[in-house]
Amino acid sequence: MASASGGSENKNIQAPDATTQSIVVERLVKRYGEVEAVAGISFSVAPGEIVGFLGPNGAGKSTTMKILTCFMAATSGEAKVAGFDVYTESEQVRARIGYLPENVPLYDEMLVHDYLMFVAELRQVPKGQRRQRVREAIEMTGLEKMYTRPVGELSKGYRQRVGLAQAIVHGPDVVILDEPTTGLDPNQIIEIRDLIKAIGREKTVLFSTHIMQEVAAVCDRIIIIDAGEIVADGTLDELSAEVARGAGFEVSLPDEVSREEVLDALGPLDGLSVERLERRGEDVIWSARARDNRALRVALLQAGNHGLELRAFQPFRADLERVFRHYTVARAAEHVSASAAEEE
Amino acid sequence: MGAIWTIFKREVGAYFNSPVAYVVVILFLVITGALFWSNYFQEINLLSLRSFFARAPLFLAFFAPAITMGLLASEKRSGTLELLMTMPVTDFQIVAGKFLSAVFLLGVVFAMTLPYPITLSMVAEGFGAQLDWGATLSGYFGLMLLGSTYAAIGLMASSWTRDQIVSILSGFSICFGLYLIDMIVGRPSGQVTRVVEYLSTAHHFDNMARGVIELGDVVYYLTIIMVCLVLAQASIASRRW
Repeated sequence: MASASGGSENKNIQAPDATTQSIVVERLVKRYGEVEAVAGISFSVAPGEIVGFLGPNGAGKSTTMKILTCFMAATSGEAKVAGFDVYTESEQVRARIGYLPENVPLYDEMLVHDYLMFVAELRQVPKGQRRQRVREAIEMTGLEKMYTRPVGELSKGYRQRVGLAQAIVHGPDVVILDEPTTGLDPNQIIEIRDLIKAIGREKTVLFSTHIMQEVAAVCDRIIIIDAGEIVADGTLDELSAEVARGAGFEVSLPDEVSREEVLDALGPLDGLSVERLERRGEDVIWSARARDNRALRVALLQAGNHGLELRAFQPFRADLERVFRHYTVARAAEHVSASAAEEE
Repeated sequence: MGAIWTIFKREVGAYFNSPVAYVVVILFLVITGALFWSNYFQEINLLSLRSFFARAPLFLAFFAPAITMGLLASEKRSGTLELLMTMPVTDFQIVAGKFLSAVFLLGVVFAMTLPYPITLSMVAEGFGAQLDWGATLSGYFGLMLLGSTYAAIGLMASSWTRDQIVSILSGFSICFGLYLIDMIVGRPSGQVTRVVEYLSTAHHFDNMARGVIELGDVVYYLTIIMVCLVLAQASIASRRW
């Protein structure tokens, strides 16, 4: 987060550093009829950050992005992009953002070069600079061989590059990309990720994805959203640590061991819970956790004496998939009561 | 203003890159041409474009919505309108740029019918007579106004849907309704007839086809155009509310 510096004249009633942030979202709500697609989320993005907006399909990522890009109005709440309110100062916001919607909608009949010139003109790039800017965007996105071709004839990967080129051609402060790698093959995905990283060197980037590896590869920070709510916000290390905290141990056991046997072998421990996670080779991996991690470790070391064929155990490591599952799936089971209590 | 010009240029380019525009233009020329020449041979004594102008409102009621059907509907369907609306352009600039591109295409089509009056004029000279160029130009002026009005209606219809077929059918229905409205009511006199006549696109066009340009007629067309453009703009802007 950028430190708040002397914003004493700030007319905002929100966080004192609201004007120094590239994106500020406050209690944003969007309802489609009865359905609450975005349920009062708040977050902010500092200038120059690359933030991954992660969540399962239908979590509210696209809706949030549509509000931030002034395509859609929020039901309630506030959002500021580049210091301007998306509702009352929509034109200033739109002059400072680049946006790539999901599914990359482009004018198929136009030539790549003509299309980028069209966008540069609409995005108010001064006439004398347009050719130069378009050339730079073409070079940055690797479209040198394609710029005389009609957009509709390009492969998916190149189409995506045109989409990225139009999002940066005018030199925006903030770039918002909605699922920029969906539908690409692995090589193309890596190329597009590198491109996003390159864009992020100069600009604030908010991009959405439902692929965990993607954010790990590209982002400074991750915001996980599920069912319209933000369930996690931090760096990957922070989130992993959060998931791993009190997560106990990862235990390898033979296939045939039952839950009761595991519980029996570890003996009476305060808050003991075990869960079968996955097969790994001949072993089955279980998670074991208890209120007192040290006592659990001792119990595990002695488990052999209690007839449990314990093959290995180690502190639970939260890899990407587990972080994602923890926040989007496990949350549903674990935190239902907590969130219900919060709402009351 | 700059954004309107940018959008106008793109739309005109798109028209001449797509088969739809060519099909529509050729059909219009073939049909009006056939009617013009068949009349020419039947009523050789009639040295005016009256018969051409008399039928124009009916054809335009179909051709104008055909030209405008995709302007907003197809952009809604493909999602390009979403991208366009997140650029620093007002909704009215989008609508106005697209409307003007349709008007431009209609202008091109009308310009291609200029050989009819020119031929007539040459024929007239052969008989020692003269074509009434005043009435002809006034008729073309009326044609532009009428075409623009139908284009605005068609654009409005295009803003309501993502389906081009729905767009052209609803646009055509409104244009056709406005064309027919005074014929449905018939000839009785009275206040109702005056009102209905005032609403009729053909009624206002008749004056101009005869060579009479009245302010009231021009105001009528401009009013309908503005109302339709504002409604089209409201329709696409409703996402932002």
